[in-house]
Amino acid sequence: MSEPTTDYTDTLTIPEPKENLKHPLESYIRSERFPHIWCSSCGIGTIVTAYISGLQKSGLDPEKVAVVSGIGCSGRAAGYLRLDSFHSTHGRALPFATGLALGNPELKVSVISGDGDIAAIGGNHFIHSARRNIDLNIICINNFNYAMTGGQAGPTTPLEANASTTPYGCYEYPFNLPFLAESSGAVYVARWTALHIRRLTNAISEALQKPGFSFIEIISPCPTLYARRNRLGTGLDTMKFYHDSATIQHGADTREVDIEYQKKIIVGKFVDKDKPTFTEARDTFLNKKLGDQYVPYRRPNNGH
Amino acid sequence: MKADPIGVATGSYYLDGDHACAEGAIAGGCRFLAGYPITPSTEVAERMAERFPKVGGVFIQMEDELASMAAVSGAVWAGAKSMTVTSGPGFSLMMENLGLAAMMEVPCVVVNVQRGGPSTGLPTLTGQADMMQARWGSHGDYEIIALSPNSPQECFDLTVKAFNLSEEWRVPVLFMMDECVGHMTEKVVIPNADKIDVTPRKFYKGKKEDYRPFKFNGADSVAPLVKAGDGYFIHITGLTHDERGYPVINAEAQEKNVTHLVNKILKNEEKIRIIEENQVEGADVVVVSYGISSRVAMKAVESAREKGLKVGTIRLVTVWPFPESRIRELAKSVKAFVVPEINLGQIVLEVERCANGEAKTILVPHAGGWVHDPIDILNAIEESIK
Ligand SMILES: Cc1ncc(C[n+]2csc(CCOP(=O)(O)OP(=O)(O)O)c2C)c(N)n1
Ligand code: SF4
Ligand SMILES: [Mg+2]
Repeated sequence: MSEPTTDYTDTLTIPEPKENLKHPLESYIRSERFPHIWCSSCGIGTIVTAYISGLQKSGLDPEKVAVVSGIGCSGRAAGYLRLDSFHSTHGRALPFATGLALGNPELKVSVISGDGDIAAIGGNHFIHSARRNIDLNIICINNFNYAMTGGQAGPTTPLEANASTTPYGCYEYPFNLPFLAESSGAVYVARWTALHIRRLTNAISEALQKPGFSFIEIISPCPTLYARRNRLGTGLDTMKFYHDSATIQHGADTREVDIEYQKKIIVGKFVDKDKPTFTEARDTFLNKKLGDQYVPYRRPNNGH
Repeated sequence: MKADPIGVATGSYYLDGDHACAEGAIAGGCRFLAGYPITPSTEVAERMAERFPKVGGVFIQMEDELASMAAVSGAVWAGAKSMTVTSGPGFSLMMENLGLAAMMEVPCVVVNVQRGGPSTGLPTLTGQADMMQARWGSHGDYEIIALSPNSPQECFDLTVKAFNLSEEWRVPVLFMMDECVGHMTEKVVIPNADKIDVTPRKFYKGKKEDYRPFKFNGADSVAPLVKAGDGYFIHITGLTHDERGYPVINAEAQEKNVTHLVNKILKNEEKIRIIEENQVEGADVVVVSYGISSRVAMKAVESAREKGLKVGTIRLVTVWPFPESRIRELAKSVKAFVVPEINLGQIVLEVERCANGEAKTILVPHAGGWVHDPIDILNAIEESIK
């Protein structure tokens, strides 16, 4: 065996970081909390990155944006964002966010949480917040299962898919979330996958600027549980699957965007319409009814 | 500070307890109510729905009580003094998010106009059987403050007080009415705003980067609050956390966090305590009661005194934290405690625990639906010193 001709020693020295060398999104992240809890090649991190980029793009003042999560792998998003961030209880992110949004009308409040959190245990809150058109931006990370608790079936698990509580395959009909959102009253409804980073970022920016109840469903890989149990390969394989099976259909009829097990996924912006928010409708109405007697809510300064 | 005049309906009225409670809340500075209708508490929400638009408050009827309780915490972090109101079945639904409020140290008021239970029980008739649920209803160790009014006037006065206590101790205060007090109509005097003391929320004033939403060092450690939207970038979680609010999942953090939640209330019990004592010095028997039962008990006590018995009374206005040291002290001098309550034995367990065998403890139970016959209480008094 001959001696190596090139000396690699130099390339092994890690250069001292230059001053101010920071990740461009660092200021939005509580990096002091790293390492985060997410598995490698999980889609949630990518989505959190898209959320930050979308927020930057929206031009909103980060001081006036709050994030609420429920419980789950997705529900940990709030904990890593350097924004006013709240980690509430399983399913109750939306009503918590409702209180926050009504209590401080200057805030734009996002909910980042999972399919189980938003559509199962929190399903009732979901339809009612949409019905009222509360000024909330919902980011629903759909990984087709209850990941945090070990891969049980959830309200979006496709027929036939395997989960730990459907060991022979799922025989319950899943929700079509965009249809549910639209029929409940959402003014903005979109679906993307964790692969569509650029389009997702744009959608988040758009939704953040949209007054009223906006809903983005994001199909996201869970390589550790859903993909493994269904022998769908790695996180990268799931991304490849999204690449091959997602078709963009803006304005698609939400009744027709059901997701079947490992079949095509229709993505795009489905709904974008204008309607007075809960607060706008209330203020207009009560002004009309009560005239001068109506005293709109003012956020307390100090005291009460 | 004094109450904001815009919310104070100064004057003398005939009001029932539910309406008086609503007026007390508004006078106490409450500007957010999320609730769901349930007998016999609905009138509180209805009055707030009518009054709030005229005083700058937000009323929202939520889809259920889970949502109501969660929304209250959200509104508090936005800066509003907030409340919800319910009765038994709804109170049960609130428990998980009441635990969240305790964990997040959210100052808020939860009104429970008690009816007969369990389950749907007696929707329109009285009960006092949620007293232990108030104390233990959510999972885990935590403490709350619970008040029990016995008249419409107190429904006003003590609701103001409930908001003040919640701000002072950064804790949910449970306002434990009962159907009788909620629906009885009596004279209620609402004073001028400048006669009503209101505890302002303690807001943090220092450097932004030094702010810690929690403070866990000892009994005297209630951290000031900030509001979402003011640039502090707070993180608040229901997970066990450190003083920054960041989750820490280990036994040491649990010890600090949970001990704090419990100690800030229990170690300050004497400061928080409101009890009304009458002729307890030299008494052989002391009747311990709260809410509507305290008024029924007075009839029995008067009859006993007419018979020459030495009977004192203690009325628990704050039922939780329980006035442990006072009962322990009295147990040394009295022969017996008699405890009438509209349940099959709840607060009597606390009295018995504190009496610790030094004085007899006698329960006068009532399963609910109506108040005691004073004769039953009188019999128990007589029995207790035989
Ligand atoms: C009231 C309640 N029930 C059950 C749980 C247990 N639990 C925690 S997360 C979770 C499911 C989360 O699923 P999802 O919202 O889809 O989030 P994911 O972990 O998949 O991102 C469950 C059932 C809980 N925390 N609280
Ligand atoms: S279990 Fe699944 S969803 Fe949870 S962090 Fe791991 S890969 Fe992501
Ligand atoms: Mg999930």
